[in-house]
Amino acid sequence: MKKNTEVKKYKNSFLNWIEYRLPIISYLEREYGDYPMPKNANYFWSFGAMLTIILVVMIFSGIFLAMYYTPHVDMAFESTERIMRDVSFGWLIRYIHSNGASFFFIVVYLHMVRSIYYGSFKYPRELNWLFGVTIYLLMMVTAFLGYTLPWGQMSYWAATVITNLFSAIPLVGESIKIWLLGDYTVGNATLNRFFALHYVLPFVILGIVALHVAAVHVHGSNNPSGVEVKTPKDTVKFFPYMLIKDTLAFSVFGIIISAVIFFGPNLMAEVDNYIPADPMVTPAHIVPNWYLAPFYAILRAVPDKLGGVVLMFGSILVLFFLPWLDKSKIKSCSYRPVYKWMTILFFADFFILGYVGLKPAVGTYLLMARVGVIYYFLYFLVLAPLVPKFEKTSQLPDSISDVYGAK
Amino acid sequence: MMNKLLFTLFALIIINSSLQAEELKAEKLKKQDWSFEGITGTFDRASIQRGFKVYREVCAVCHSMNLLYYRDLIDIGFSPDQIKVIASEYTVIDGPNDEGEMFERPARPSDRFVDPYRNDVEARLSNNGAYPPDLSLITKSRKGGADYLYNLLTGYAETEEGSDIGEGMYYNLYMPGNQIAMPQPLYDESVEYDDGTPNNLNQLSYDLTNFLVWAAEPELEERKRIGIIAILFFVVFGVFSFFLKLRLWKKVS
Repeated sequence: MKKNTEVKKYKNSFLNWIEYRLPIISYLEREYGDYPMPKNANYFWSFGAMLTIILVVMIFSGIFLAMYYTPHVDMAFESTERIMRDVSFGWLIRYIHSNGASFFFIVVYLHMVRSIYYGSFKYPRELNWLFGVTIYLLMMVTAFLGYTLPWGQMSYWAATVITNLFSAIPLVGESIKIWLLGDYTVGNATLNRFFALHYVLPFVILGIVALHVAAVHVHGSNNPSGVEVKTPKDTVKFFPYMLIKDTLAFSVFGIIISAVIFFGPNLMAEVDNYIPADPMVTPAHIVPNWYLAPFYAILRAVPDKLGGVVLMFGSILVLFFLPWLDKSKIKSCSYRPVYKWMTILFFADFFILGYVGLKPAVGTYLLMARVGVIYYFLYFLVLAPLVPKFEKTSQLPDSISDVYGAK
Repeated sequence: MMNKLLFTLFALIIINSSLQAEELKAEKLKKQDWSFEGITGTFDRASIQRGFKVYREVCAVCHSMNLLYYRDLIDIGFSPDQIKVIASEYTVIDGPNDEGEMFERPARPSDRFVDPYRNDVEARLSNNGAYPPDLSLITKSRKGGADYLYNLLTGYAETEEGSDIGEGMYYNLYMPGNQIAMPQPLYDESVEYDDGTPNNLNQLSYDLTNFLVWAAEPELEERKRIGIIAILFFVVFGVFSFFLKLRLWKKVS
């Protein structure tokens, strides 16, 4: 046991008492007080803090919902409606949770756009990116599980469609599907395990978020120029400079999410989910939640079921390899005149895939989905590795202070 | 690049509008004025009470509303005594009693709205095989919500020449696919109003829709009231943060 000789002294004796036994005070001071942030970081750098707050709000609202919710096929729909009608402010908690899920994805997508555009996933932050994609993957699973819990028509049929995908796996597919469902069809066993997993996965996410945040604090945040911090002059302290920016960003976010929660709480919901689940009636269009729609479009883009499943899982897996697929040493797209537009087109492509994912897979929609899928993989597998070989990049600034002063 | 984006957007709109035509045919909804719309919208309780009368005398013959309790009627301006009287007009099966027998008793305010049928099978049998949907959430579970419902109720018409209507089905301009299993439920003067409001088809449909919107979203008024406070809070908080940010960052160079 190493004797800690350099215990930091605080004026407050209580803080000293804690610090001597667990140096958490100096840790917080170092990581959230004096922590250096590149001073040119724009508002895209506020989404990480925002996401942490959303995660905590989702966990708390979820715990309160779980106190009233009954995970049984005959009672789930009704207990959800009891929350809406008879629990004090139950409607508020549920609308915060359901719209919070949508906004969680909106902000996560913005956070990822930031990372891809400014090259935050590159050396030395690759592990951070891997944690991030893992969180995103777990979020999708958690959101899908949560979508099934109200046991409306869309809940039931989305669960049926998604679990059916596993039956496309050769030889063992059908067994895997039954193992996942706990029954031959989506039923009470399925609802029970989905509820159990929906409750536990957010805590797994919370753990990975802790790693994600700890990892970014090792080398510090990236910034819009993609040039690493060289001197303390390039940075500002987190407190109060970044905190006030994050607070301002969160206020704007608060206005937007309040407008939706209070004045259009079902804008991002499917009307069919207010009809109780009925295994005998299939809805005209089975649609996933909008934030999963791009992957649903990829799934349906090929006529072969197994092919679609492989492409869909591939489209998520390929994200993990991005730090090694993009060969450019230059981080920020601001200094990559060609790749910049390809990246923006990729964002638009993902958006269009989401749009067609909510539409029936016929005619022009199907064609758009196919073109969209081709560009999705082209971007990762061809453009990211090859463009750096031919691209004439702009001159990088010497330091962050150079860019900041120039503005 | 911008041109390309604009073109894509334009193309999307064109494609979207042409594909819409392939979906089930229905007239475009005629928008109505509703008191609950807008950020300060509130319920028109007189209209909701009349709509409840329409529901009780017409809709309730076939449609259940089993997410509602008689006690909920206090929200739309009925007194506890009035609610007791309304509830007592219905019969529920309770039990078992001390002898182990189920028995019938008048409903109480703490009971759910009584179902018109004993079970789904009876409901289907009485309605030509079609199941009359529960109306508790009807405005939330249909695209178009209140306007859809109003248009549907007033949208019955003579079967259009050449349209293919199934056996026992009725023609309705606003039903997707134009055929509906429910015969026209409301006509002029179907229900007598006590307060002298004209009881033509449009008024009956309007009042009933108001009632069903309340039934689906009883929290609407409270939600909008709190919403204004929540948004104001974030605006004030945001303005303070904005000025503090400007002040702090002035020193950074």
